[in-house]
Amino acid sequence: MYWLRKWSVRHARLLEVTYEVVERSLLVAAPLLNRLGHERLEKPVAAVEKVVKGALFDCQMCGQCVLSSTGMSCPMNCPKSIRNGPCGGVRADGYCEVKPEMHCVWVEGWAGAARMKNGKAFSIVQLPVDHRLQGRSSWLRVVREKVAEAEAQASTKRHGETGAQRP
Amino acid sequence: MTFEDEPVPGYPLPMRPGHSSPGRLERMLRAGYFVVTSELAPPDSADPAAVYERAAVFDGYVDAINATDGSGAHCHMGSLAVCALLTRLGYALIQQISCRDKNRIAIQGDILGGAAMGVCNLLCLSGDGVQTGDHPEAKPVFDLDCMSLLEIARTMRDQSTFQSGRKLDDPPRVFLGAAANPFVEPFDWRPQRLAKKIVAGAQFIQTQYCYDLTRLRQYLSDVRELGLQDKVFMIVGVGPLASARSAEWIRSNVPGVHIPDSIIDRLRGADNQKREGLQLCVELIQEIREMDGVNGVHIMAYRQEHAVPEIVTRAGILQGRTPWHPRAYDGDATVQQHMENIQ
Repeated sequence: MYWLRKWSVRHARLLEVTYEVVERSLLVAAPLLNRLGHERLEKPVAAVEKVVKGALFDCQMCGQCVLSSTGMSCPMNCPKSIRNGPCGGVRADGYCEVKPEMHCVWVEGWAGAARMKNGKAFSIVQLPVDHRLQGRSSWLRVVREKVAEAEAQASTKRHGETGAQRP
Repeated sequence: MTFEDEPVPGYPLPMRPGHSSPGRLERMLRAGYFVVTSELAPPDSADPAAVYERAAVFDGYVDAINATDGSGAHCHMGSLAVCALLTRLGYALIQQISCRDKNRIAIQGDILGGAAMGVCNLLCLSGDGVQTGDHPEAKPVFDLDCMSLLEIARTMRDQSTFQSGRKLDDPPRVFLGAAANPFVEPFDWRPQRLAKKIVAGAQFIQTQYCYDLTRLRQYLSDVRELGLQDKVFMIVGVGPLASARSAEWIRSNVPGVHIPDSIIDRLRGADNQKREGLQLCVELIQEIREMDGVNGVHIMAYRQEHAVPEIVTRAGILQGRTPWHPRAYDGDATVQQHMENIQ
């Protein structure tokens, strides 16, 4: 929904905090999620994500959510699928070159980023979309990545303390 | 003009330490010259002569020629084919790659192909949307965007791998360019977006048409403030407007072109609007030339390509030098020899 999508950008800070809580809770629940099995959880979690993010952001379920780095404006709503916008075609009034009735999602995102605590993430160069992830849950993927990251760090630290070489 | 270490005029130059390409454009920019580039409107024709004729118009006036890639989302001869025809004559080409029509598999193939034919410069673009073109019903691909395209091209060149990580036998030696549009919203983000493009791999920039010097000055000063001035070569886009009416049409129909009212009023008030458009272009170039942080101009003279020599001459930007071109030394003999080799 266009109006709700615009509301989300106006409340980017609130949504940033909300997502932090969701992510932290999921990380706390990580062992439980592991026991249940990510593959088994994939469908129901993706369904929840689709409903929630679909309503708030017109989410297209690309499966690699970057909302935290795009001012809470979903780049998949850009008609040119630009992940590092805005392009040079923005109209004088900040509207989209392709859909003149729609505000440029990236102009919106830049305004959203200014409201966020970590708004500078807007400057990160985003990788091209991995189309294999279409329709899959971003939240579960984040949990897997963060857990793996934490484990890697812990292992480096352990080896560092004992002076052991990493394999 | 030629370089002292030039093997055969028109052939790739020896690579200098710290350079990315064996190309003339990178050499000129790094040597501190104020460069001139222009774009060739690819023909709606399968006749190579149409390409040679269009390139010959620029002989002796430009340092490199952009081969556009379906610009304005209109169908024309492809960028890679124009590059293939012209690099064989020794021209310095800037191969434009748009993300609109091809996915990453095709694009990476084109980067290798272009470099193999002697293309030394790439301009990485997202591309106009299909709605502006003559095939609005076409599928817009946009698998990549300009930023990820830059990064992929840089990875191919510097890491010698495809995006997949698979090794290349020989990397493409290319000088990487990107576009910038300082003249559209959000103005405070534009210099930072330039920073992002530099991080992604951009070494030179060709901007959108500039008709607003105040805006350009502000942009350049912001760029300086971010410390980007020495990290990228800035080539500012300019072009002659044919009349007040066409300027108004461009303003409302070509995405991203900003033309202030004052420019349109000036054209409307002139007896000969076309001459006035040329005069205006010359004046803009002369002012841009004086700005700190500008390394050249990119003249986009759509349907007025024949006017490029006059614009360059009157603006006085070459300062007596003649850019290399295939007819520079022995007239048509070099060209004829090349043609015979091709056939």
